[in-house]
Amino acid sequence: MGRSESAPSGEPDRPVVPEQRSGEDPYLRVKDLRVRFDTEDGVVRAVDGVSFSVERGRTLGIVGESGSGKSVTSLAILGLHNAKRATISGEISVGGRQLVGLPEEEVRRLRGRDMAMIFQDPLSALHPYYTVGRQIAEAYRVHHPRAGRREARGRAVEMLGRVGIPQPGKRFDQYPHEFSGGMRQRAMIAMALVNDPDLLIADEPTTALDVTVQAQILDLLEDLQQEFQSAIILITHDLGVVSQVADDVLVMYGGRAVEHGSVEQVLRRPQHPYTWGLLSSVPSLHGDADADLVPIKGNPPSLINLPSGCAFHPRCRYADRNGDRSRTEVPELRPAGEAGHLVACHLPAEERTRLYQQDIAQVGVAQ
Amino acid sequence: MTEPLLKVRGLTKHFPVRDGFRAGGAVRAVDGLDFDVRPGETLGLVGESGCGKTTTGRMLVRLLDSTSGSIEFAGRDITHARRGELRPLRQDLQIIFQDPYASLNPRHTVGRIVAMPLQVNGINPPGGTKKRVQELLELVGLNPEHYNRYPHEFSGGQRQRIGIARALALRPKLIVADEPVSALDVSIQAQVINLLRDLQRDLDLAFVFIAHDLAVVRHFCHRVAVMYLGKIVEIGDRNDIYQHPQHPYTRALLSAIPDVTTLGPAGRIRLAGDVPTPLSPPSGCRFRTRCWKAQDHCATEEPALITRDGGRQLTACHFPETGTISQDSGPAGATAEEVSK
Repeated sequence: MGRSESAPSGEPDRPVVPEQRSGEDPYLRVKDLRVRFDTEDGVVRAVDGVSFSVERGRTLGIVGESGSGKSVTSLAILGLHNAKRATISGEISVGGRQLVGLPEEEVRRLRGRDMAMIFQDPLSALHPYYTVGRQIAEAYRVHHPRAGRREARGRAVEMLGRVGIPQPGKRFDQYPHEFSGGMRQRAMIAMALVNDPDLLIADEPTTALDVTVQAQILDLLEDLQQEFQSAIILITHDLGVVSQVADDVLVMYGGRAVEHGSVEQVLRRPQHPYTWGLLSSVPSLHGDADADLVPIKGNPPSLINLPSGCAFHPRCRYADRNGDRSRTEVPELRPAGEAGHLVACHLPAEERTRLYQQDIAQVGVAQ
Repeated sequence: MTEPLLKVRGLTKHFPVRDGFRAGGAVRAVDGLDFDVRPGETLGLVGESGCGKTTTGRMLVRLLDSTSGSIEFAGRDITHARRGELRPLRQDLQIIFQDPYASLNPRHTVGRIVAMPLQVNGINPPGGTKKRVQELLELVGLNPEHYNRYPHEFSGGQRQRIGIARALALRPKLIVADEPVSALDVSIQAQVINLLRDLQRDLDLAFVFIAHDLAVVRHFCHRVAVMYLGKIVEIGDRNDIYQHPQHPYTRALLSAIPDVTTLGPAGRIRLAGDVPTPLSPPSGCRFRTRCWKAQDHCATEEPALITRDGGRQLTACHFPETGTISQDSGPAGATAEEVSK
């Protein structure tokens, strides 16, 4: 049974919760998360019923274009939305604790200790007026009130060394402007890791960096994950980055999850036309260089005025194959065949497979 | 072979730096570039931030004056052309900027923005300016009826199309495009790349395409020049550069690109450290401080940009690579053991 966008039907829809891969409880579990902003122009449903979970030692890549709700999701997990502006509902459980509705004071105690964030732009995330070391030491002392100055300094220097900054003792006393872009991002990572968080959220951590430096940072994140067994959420628009480091992938569009599964499933056997579109519009280093890219027509939707039914339908090549359903009914996230692979699309599974083979796979890029 | 449309020789740009009141050194942003662009040809200028690619682009359209060297366009030396002499020249030589939000005047309508190059040059197209502007809007895939709208009413991709329409208004022969798609979402990026490719073919335009994304360049350019710290380290036809790059830096760049077609960590070449400062670049080969093949010789003698096999691929390296990179699988090349040394 479907659900129209405005009026929820009597029987509440149960969101499909992605299957777990092992018996262990996932460290982070997000269930039916909704984030709404009331603005002068109308209600913005930035995140509209998203569910996922991340276990320790695993990396979830959240992919989407601008306005898909990926950053809003991560800020909600960290409790960084202004309570006056944003209405948040659903469940966010971190290490067994329910975060939605928790008093700000308690969220603050968790933030930075159990969960930490790496921001996209290290230059604006670091304070220009304080030395890099002092900022890292402060992050440590906030959560270790009994730690002295010397202990905090020692810990910060240790972390700077851990993330591969040469001469950490000397670098401790330098200011952000004395660091190069890659070094700043390393310092940000050191700050995020100073309290050994179990959950690390990295929002476009390498977008501002050059490719050779990006490769260094991705390697570093991988090494650190092996060492600390933290759960990582990597938010990015770059499918290439996802293919290198993620174990699982969540594709978001217009504030909803449209596809979810292992990296192998989503990038090798994608089921949603939006994922197809993303894959075939990315230029690759392999395959036919003279072939035209296959872009997705149109533009990402405005969250204030989301298209009815399937939000992707105005841009979808196959929207008219379902009669009016694409326009009237929001597709649910349903199992797509393989275990753990979920997709929100009205097209019947056999037809999706056929279309993928016929139109997409042979383009070469997604192959 | 046809005469080159653009001929660049020894192009150099040094920005003087003051250290307090003392005159300091100079940032050697671009240090002696030689390259040609033939009519209807697209040359990709790639490299990481700070390699001088944007400075080069700005010098080509004379938005910046060069420190030394020469730029010849359609047989004329334009290195020192004055304002008045530049105006007719700019009809043939246009630029598309990176940021579609900063490069359009928010207080002008789209019609006025696209008509501006016509007005400035006193051109009265047959059928009137408005008709020509509407043709241009249609050419770049915008609705000609949006003539009276303002830039804020358009999305990033549409704004970039407006910038392209403006660059095309005077029917130029060469367009310098500075990172024209890097500010756009991936699905929109593909739309704009396809548009530029169609225009390039249909109008037989020559392009200098500045980008940091080697995958984008591969889909757009006939020839590619790889820059590092103000110098071209390798230049050649697309297939040569991507299939058998000879310079270690080109190999490292190619292997560092995370590609959707390969899952899991690929055999990346890890380059140690950061790009050195262009204030005092390393002696000899500028890449030697990060190169795994560097030897004493590299510090004392600067490698010349020369061909190894008599072909069109020029490489500035004392110890060039020889192997081929397969186009089907992930990039091969130096192994991790070689790199860690």
